[in-house]
This record gives sequence, C-alpha cells and structure tokens, in this order.
Amino acid sequence: MQHSDNIGRIMGVGGNLVTVEFDLPVVQNEVAYVRLEEQGRHVGLKAEVIRVRGRYADVQVFEPTHGLCVGDKVAFTGELLSVELGPGLLGQVFDGLQNPLDAIAAEHGFFLARGSYYRPLDAQRRWDFTPCARPGERLRAGMPVGHVPEAIFRHAIMVPYGLKGWCTLVSLVEEGAYTIDEVVAVVLDEDRREHEIRLTQHWPVKIPITAYAERLRPTQPMTTKIRIIDTYNPVALGGVYCIPGPFGAGKTVLQQITSRHADVDVVVVAACGERAGEVVETIRTFPELEDPRTGRSLMERTIIICNTSSMPVASREASVYTAVTLAEHYRQMGLKVLLLADSTSRWAQALREMSGRLEEIPGEEAFPAYLESVVAAFYERGGVMRLHTGETGSVTIGGTVSPAGGNFEEPVTQATLKVVGAFLGLSRARSDARRYPAIDPLDSWSHYDGVVDPAQVAEARRLLAQGFEVKQMMQVVGDEGTSLEDYFLYLKAEFLDAVYLQQDAFDPVDGATDADRQRRVFGLVSEILAMDFTMQDKDAAKRFFLALTQTFLDFNRIPMDDEKFEDMERSIRTRCKEAARDA
Amino acid sequence: MHRIFHRIEQIAGNVIMVQADDVAYGELAEVSSPKNSSLAQVIRLERGRVYLQVFGGGRGVATNAKIRFLGHGVRMHFSDSLLGRIFTGGGLPRDKGPALTDALIEVAGPPVNPVKRVVPTRMVRTGIPMIDVFNTLVESQKLPIFSSAGEPYNLLLARIAMQAEVDVIVLAGMGLKHDDYLFFRDMLEEHGALSRAVLFIHTAADPTVECLLAPDIALAVAEAFALKGRRVLCLLTDMTNFCDALKEIANTMEQIPSTRGYPGDLYSQLASRYEKAVDFHGAGSLTVLTVTTMPGDDVTHPVPDNTGYITEGQFYLKGGRIEPFGSLSRLKQLVNDKTRKDHRTVMNVMIQLYAEAREAKEKQAMGFRMNAWDRKLLTYARLFETEMMDLSVNLPLEDALDRGWSILARSFDRQETAIPSALIEEFWPA
Ligand SMILES: Nc1ncnc2c1ncn2[C@@H]1O[C@H](COP(=O)(O)OP(=O)(O)OP(=O)(O)O)[C@@H](O)[C@H]1O
Ligand SMILES: [Mg+2]
Repeated sequence: MQHSDNIGRIMGVGGNLVTVEFDLPVVQNEVAYVRLEEQGRHVGLKAEVIRVRGRYADVQVFEPTHGLCVGDKVAFTGELLSVELGPGLLGQVFDGLQNPLDAIAAEHGFFLARGSYYRPLDAQRRWDFTPCARPGERLRAGMPVGHVPEAIFRHAIMVPYGLKGWCTLVSLVEEGAYTIDEVVAVVLDEDRREHEIRLTQHWPVKIPITAYAERLRPTQPMTTKIRIIDTYNPVALGGVYCIPGPFGAGKTVLQQITSRHADVDVVVVAACGERAGEVVETIRTFPELEDPRTGRSLMERTIIICNTSSMPVASREASVYTAVTLAEHYRQMGLKVLLLADSTSRWAQALREMSGRLEEIPGEEAFPAYLESVVAAFYERGGVMRLHTGETGSVTIGGTVSPAGGNFEEPVTQATLKVVGAFLGLSRARSDARRYPAIDPLDSWSHYDGVVDPAQVAEARRLLAQGFEVKQMMQVVGDEGTSLEDYFLYLKAEFLDAVYLQQDAFDPVDGATDADRQRRVFGLVSEILAMDFTMQDKDAAKRFFLALTQTFLDFNRIPMDDEKFEDMERSIRTRCKEAARDA
Repeated sequence: MHRIFHRIEQIAGNVIMVQADDVAYGELAEVSSPKNSSLAQVIRLERGRVYLQVFGGGRGVATNAKIRFLGHGVRMHFSDSLLGRIFTGGGLPRDKGPALTDALIEVAGPPVNPVKRVVPTRMVRTGIPMIDVFNTLVESQKLPIFSSAGEPYNLLLARIAMQAEVDVIVLAGMGLKHDDYLFFRDMLEEHGALSRAVLFIHTAADPTVECLLAPDIALAVAEAFALKGRRVLCLLTDMTNFCDALKEIANTMEQIPSTRGYPGDLYSQLASRYEKAVDFHGAGSLTVLTVTTMPGDDVTHPVPDNTGYITEGQFYLKGGRIEPFGSLSRLKQLVNDKTRKDHRTVMNVMIQLYAEAREAKEKQAMGFRMNAWDRKLLTYARLFETEMMDLSVNLPLEDALDRGWSILARSFDRQETAIPSALIEEFWPA
C-alpha cells in the first residue's frame, strides 16, 4: 500500500460505498486505500473518491467491504485512478484495475484475494531499445524517442502524454536492453523543467489521451469477414458501433468471431460483468489460434480485461475505462486497435448501483440522469487520429448492450444509439430460427461505407424488405392467395438471407469472408436477384430456389483459391440464366 | 470479545437499528428478545448507527432486546458429516441430528479467479432425451429451469438429481412448500441418495431473511466439496422466491427500485450466486441447476430476464414438457461431438423437422389444405411428442438416439430428411 500523509476516518459503510471524514484537502476521483486487517494481513482496499460534501468524501471501494468499521483509516493518495502503459501489455489478462490475473493466481490460488494488487508489467524483463530521435530535437507529447519490439510491433516509447507544449530532447540512451524503470531519455519542457522518460508511463483512465494532431473522419471500412456487417451494416476503422440483443441472441459469439477475424492490429477485449466461462474460452483458445495475417498466435495481439459478473461491481465500472485507455495507447503508435466491450449494460448497471447508493435523483429505470453523457463520452474515445508523426492510428469501439426484456426502448440502448455510427440489432426471432448471425437485416443500420457498391446494397435491401413483407402476408392468406410475382420476391429474399446474410461461424471458409470475396459473391447474388425467372408455378419456383440455395451453400464452403470456385460460380450463373428470361 | 448493546432505536420490517461502536460491516449479531432470539447481520453503518437485518424477521423483536456482536460474518460447518443431514435456510439442524459448530467455513467467500477455471468437457447424463440429446447438460454448467407456476418443475429437478452421476447433491429450498420439502426428502431417501446429499430448507412459513441465506450456505458447502475433488450438483429452488426476498429487504432499506420493484443490483446479486458454478483446475466441479418460476408466464419479467443473461442456457418447461425451442444449453457443443457420431445430426435434423411440423400444425389450424408432406410432418410431430418429449420417457442417450432414428424412419422416407448419406447408411433402420 502506498504511503500517505492524508489520512481520513470511515464514518459510514453501505455496500461498496464508504463515507470518509477528512482533514486535509482531497481530490475528486483520486484513489484512496481503505485499511483493513484480514487474517493477520494488513491490506488496503483500493477505492476512488466519487463525491465530496463538506468534510466528508464518499468513496467507492473496488472490493467487498465486509469487516470495515467506523473509525478505520483511509489513506488518500492524491493520484487519479491510472493504468501503466508500456511494452508487455499484449497477451495479458488483467482485471478491471489492470491487475494481472496470473500473478494473483500464482500467489492466492483458486480465489481472488481482496487488497492484493500487482504491477501489470514485468519490471525485471529487458527490452531492446532503439532510439529514433536526436538530442536537441523538438518534440511533443506522444512523439516517439525510440521503440522496443513487442510481438510483431514496434512499441513506441513516447514523450509522456501529459506533457504540455513543445519540449527539447536533452539526452537519449544508446541502443541496448533496458528494463521498464530505467530512464532512456530526458526532455526539457517550455518552463525549462526536466522530465525523465522511461519505457512506461501512467495515465488516468477516465481522461482521454489527446496527444495527437487531429481527429479525422472514419472513412475506411474495418473488415470483420462477417458479410452482414461488412456488406450490409459496415463498421469503419475508428468508428463506434453497438450490438444490442436479448439474452442468448448471439452478442458474445459475434464479438468472439470479430475478435478473431477483424482486420486490425490490436484487439482489446473487455469482458465487463458477463460470464467467466466465456472469457476462459478466449483465454484457452487464443494462444492456440493462428492469426492468419501474421502466422503468430492470436493472443499476441490481444489484451483481455476481465471483470466478470461475480467480480466487484465498482471495478466493473473502471474496467471499460482501463480497456479504452490501453487501446488509445496502442493507437498512439499508429496502430489500428479494436475495443470490444461485452456488455456495456453491466457497466451502466454499475453506475446505477452507485448512483442509488449516493441517493441521487434517479432517471428512467433508476439509471442516473447523467447516463447519456457518460455513455457518449465513452464512445467519443473511439476515432481515427492523425498523430504528430503524421501517421494515423485508430480506436474502433464495439459494445454489446443487454436490454432488459430484450426491449430496445430502454435507457442504455437509447443512449447508445444516439452516439454510435452503426447499430447491429440482434433479434430474438432470428436467433430462435437459428438464422445466425442474428443481426436483424431490416432494423439495423450504419452510417459508414462498406466494402461493396452502395447502390447494389440498397437494391438488395429493398428486395429483402419486400420479400419479407410478402412472407408475412402469406401467413395470413396462405400460398394460394399470393401472386406468382410476389412469391418470387419472397423466394429471392429468403435466398439472399440464406446464402449471404446468414453465415456458418463454425465453417473455416464460410465463417470468414474477406472483402474481395464479398464483392465478388455479392455481385453474383445481386445478378440473380435481378433476374426474371420463367417458372410457371410456385412449386417449380420453390424447388428451383431450394436446389439453388443448397448449391450456393456448398459454394460458400469452397475457398476462393480452390480451382472448383470458378467452376461453381460459372455453373450457378449459367443455371440461373437458363431459368430466366433475357433482360 | 463479545460486545453487547441494548437500545434498539428503530424496527422496520426485518431491519433494526441500534447505536453501537466498533462494529464491522457484514458482522453477525445475536438479537435476544424476551420471547425469541435470532441472528442478524450488519447491512449498513452510519456513524454510531448500526443497521441489522434480522434473520428470524422483525416480528417479536423487543426494543430492549440484547444485541451481542459475534465478530465474524456468516459461517457454516463443513465436513463429510454434513452428508445425509437436513438444515434450515439459516444452517441450523432441521432433522434430529446434532448441531455442527466446529470446522467453520465462510459463507459468500471470494470469487474464483477466472484464469483458474478450465473449459468444461464432461457431459452430465440425465436419462431425459430432451436434455441429453437436444440440450446436453455439462458438468459445471449453471442452468435454470424456466417454468410457470403449475408445472412439475420440482419433479424434473429431482429426477435430474437422481440420475446424474455426481458425488454430492446439495439442495437449497427457498420458500419451498412443506409438501415439496417432504417430496425431495423422500425421493432422495427412496433412491438411496440421501446419504450423499445435504439439504438446506427454507419453507414458505419460515422468516424471509433465511430465504436469502439458504442459497449462499448451500453454495459455500457445495464449493467446499468441489475443492475437495468431489463432483457436486447444487439445486436451488425457487430462485424467484430468493429474488422476492431481495426485493423485500431493498424496499425496507428504501432503495430506489429499477424495474417492477426489484433492486437495481438484481443482476449482480444473481450473478454472484450462479457464477459459483465452476470446474476447478485440479479439483472437483460444481454444477448449479435451479428453478426460476416465471410470474405470469412472462420471460421478460425481471427475474427470468436477468437470469437468462447470467446462466448458460435454460430448460423451458411448458405443458409438462421441455420445450425444444425456448430451451438452450450453451455448453452442449463442448460435449456432443464426443458422444456418438450421429448425435449432432439427430439433434439438428429432429428440431428442424419439428419446427416445420409446427408450421404445418398452424396451417392446419388455419384451415389451409394439408399436402402429403404436411401429413408426414404431423405424424412426425405426434411421435416426437409422445415418444421423446414426454417427461416420463427415461432412456440412456444411445437408446434415445436410436429412438430418434426410429421416429424419423416411421415418419419419412430416407431421402427426405437432409441427413448426410453416410449416416443414413449406418443408422437408418431397415
Ligand atoms: N453465429 C452463431 N452461430 C451459431 N450459433 C450461435 C451463433 N451465435 C449464437 N449462437 C448460439 O447461441 C448461443 C448464445 O449466444 P451468445 O452467448 O453469443 O448470446 P448473448 O447474446 O451473448 O447472450 P447473453 O446476453 O446472455 O450473454 C451460443 O451458445 C450458441 O449456441
Ligand atoms: Mg453474452
């Protein structure tokens, strides 16, 4: 526990909210440690000041609070809740406060132990540092003075993010191996104060890192290899999107697939208040899975922030900020970073629990009135930035939302919809029908550009809406009451859905369709949708489309570089043309 | 050192307030009134004011009651001598056996470190085809039975428990009807399973607060058995009563409710219990099977809704059967590729055809004409429902798969089912 001269006394305890009487000044959102003796061990429970009234500070404790007494001591640190940023973050599994879970397990075995905090980075390890600046050079916060290799990247060692204005590089070490605590450079700021630069720095999680030149508009698509996303509801690099859906609709599976296939450099997975078992699957499988772009293990490009549902609620709230801060750090190196948060509703619920304890005036469904602004501020941390080096880096954010009762008319979904650029809504009807991924193709939308021609997509969307409308009508009037023309619309919509929008996540080929293939196959699908078929009765039409669908699904399972691919593409096209009138 | 205080300043519902100092949050106290006495737990500290939740309820507590603080939180005895015993929701003997006061473990201990969990790999056989074939239960899974009030959910729970090959069964009853308690006890006894079971029974007649304790004590004991290498099945019925007890306490403490009067932390409260389910790396496992009755048969009610977001699927009990569509085992794919090679295919094909059959039934109900295929589907639905879905069907998985083939063969021609030819050759009955 950190030493401190600013000691307060507990006046009240209710859940994880502790009221502390203090004498010396305290800072809003500073970290405090609540002192406790447990099984002969003196520990300090990490806490954050969240409200100050008169001589009393309300602190939220990031641990269970049983055993605390009125009068117990609380040490204020004067530091905001921060994370450590430096080489060695990739491949690790942290809790919401950036404690490495492996280190906790090594010390405490099966269970988490409160008040045990460990350094996130290895202080013994030596990194090969290569300088890239010269003494006398003028630098700004976020500009590199050198770099060390980490996984397949060059981890930039930068002028600390908090440094204001321009500074001058005074000295720089030679190329060589250094630990994270050794000074590698010294700079002089505008006020002629010296600052030491090490391989690591600290940054408060709730404050965005702004050491870049400018924000750009997200224009380049981030391919996920999921067709209904990339073609239909695309996400841009530096864009932000949400995935609301009822329980069991497939939010987590969608996030897991995205974390494997997304065309980005670094993935930060924030398991926020969800099942531990799901994270375990990622932790156990990622080291074995190969990143197709690099041939290295997927874990080497991944950071997992794991604050699952039975872990303390207050650190759940912190976990999404920890995750986004790590993401911003890698963005500063000109990398494409994807942050996947599952589920943002659990984070919002953590806010609600704390707000309730503070007895704030509740808004809708007892969420605090500031929910919207907090959600907005979080998603604002996504973006594509031009860095001071001229490179660009991006943080793309995808958050799942778990609306109560599966009803999107609720505060968290609504607050999120106001700020995201793409909405991938999962529907119960589609997941019940096992139409995966269960993204509703009619309700979902995106403001970003995708990988295929937008005019083609618009046409397909229109047809899908019409076809589904016919399908609904048919349930009322039966097949008999539907015209052949309408029946074709229905068959085409079902075809589009079955062979393009649905995707078998477990098939190695169908499960991941890259942008080239999407353009090519969507072109073929569009051609077919535009054809005017000659079948004279519904049964014949239905038989034709059933057989075509079957063939197309086989086609989806053939790799594009396989010789059979073109043959099959050609035979599908011919077969359709033969069944259609000339245009 | 036991500290004793006398003046109760406030009694509201099951919560009392007393002026005392040097009291720890979460600590237990004994509240003795002239006519009764009960344990209580500290749930809020406010300067000198201490709020306690009285396990026996507020009724009968006198303002001059003696309050003795015990210096520790809720604990429970743990050893093999628990086996065969029946306790109250608060952990006191309900049978004629001795009180067990030594070898205490903490109740509501810390969560398991996620990196110490393993991905589960073993199937739990139940003999119920709707589970074994279609939604396989997996060791260390957490799974509720969603049910409306009149369904035979406790019967189903008991049947699974009797057939599951586990070392220890821990049952917590919350707001259980006395008849249901006797039913569980007798059933365990008849099957010779009582000697490997521990029961914590809170009946509808017992104080509400004990309803909150029952699952925690049961899970603590179950976890301790699992740490000793045992394969444990923990049954919790009915979690909706548990949630209603939470609601009652929250309302007494004047917390702002979120939806329909339930506290805003309902999700976290439920999750901290369900997440006890675990497969320990290098020790035993804990499977958690619960009952969640759905008020008004409404899945979007806060209790089933929050539960669905936490558990690894659900068995949906409706009309005396496990519904194939609403039911889901999210872990089934971890085990059903290692059972028999036709398992996944039978599972998928039978459900797809049953979905089609349901559409045919609707069509029939609307008065539309039935074609030959529709009629086959209707036959199939009838066979499927009587020979597979009926809860009285009790078959080992392999026999259930064979029966599946038989039902298919009696309903369809062999090329109509979209089953891969290789499997047809091997399994389609002659
Ligand atoms: N793309 C998919 N392909 C095949 N099966 C899927 C797919 N998506 C979901 N599923 C099935 O649905 C189940 C539930 O999916 P998932 O865990 O992703 O739901 P969720 O929306 O995250 O639910 P919750 O809100 O409760 O966490 C999975 O276990 C799997 O069986
Ligand atoms: Mg999920």
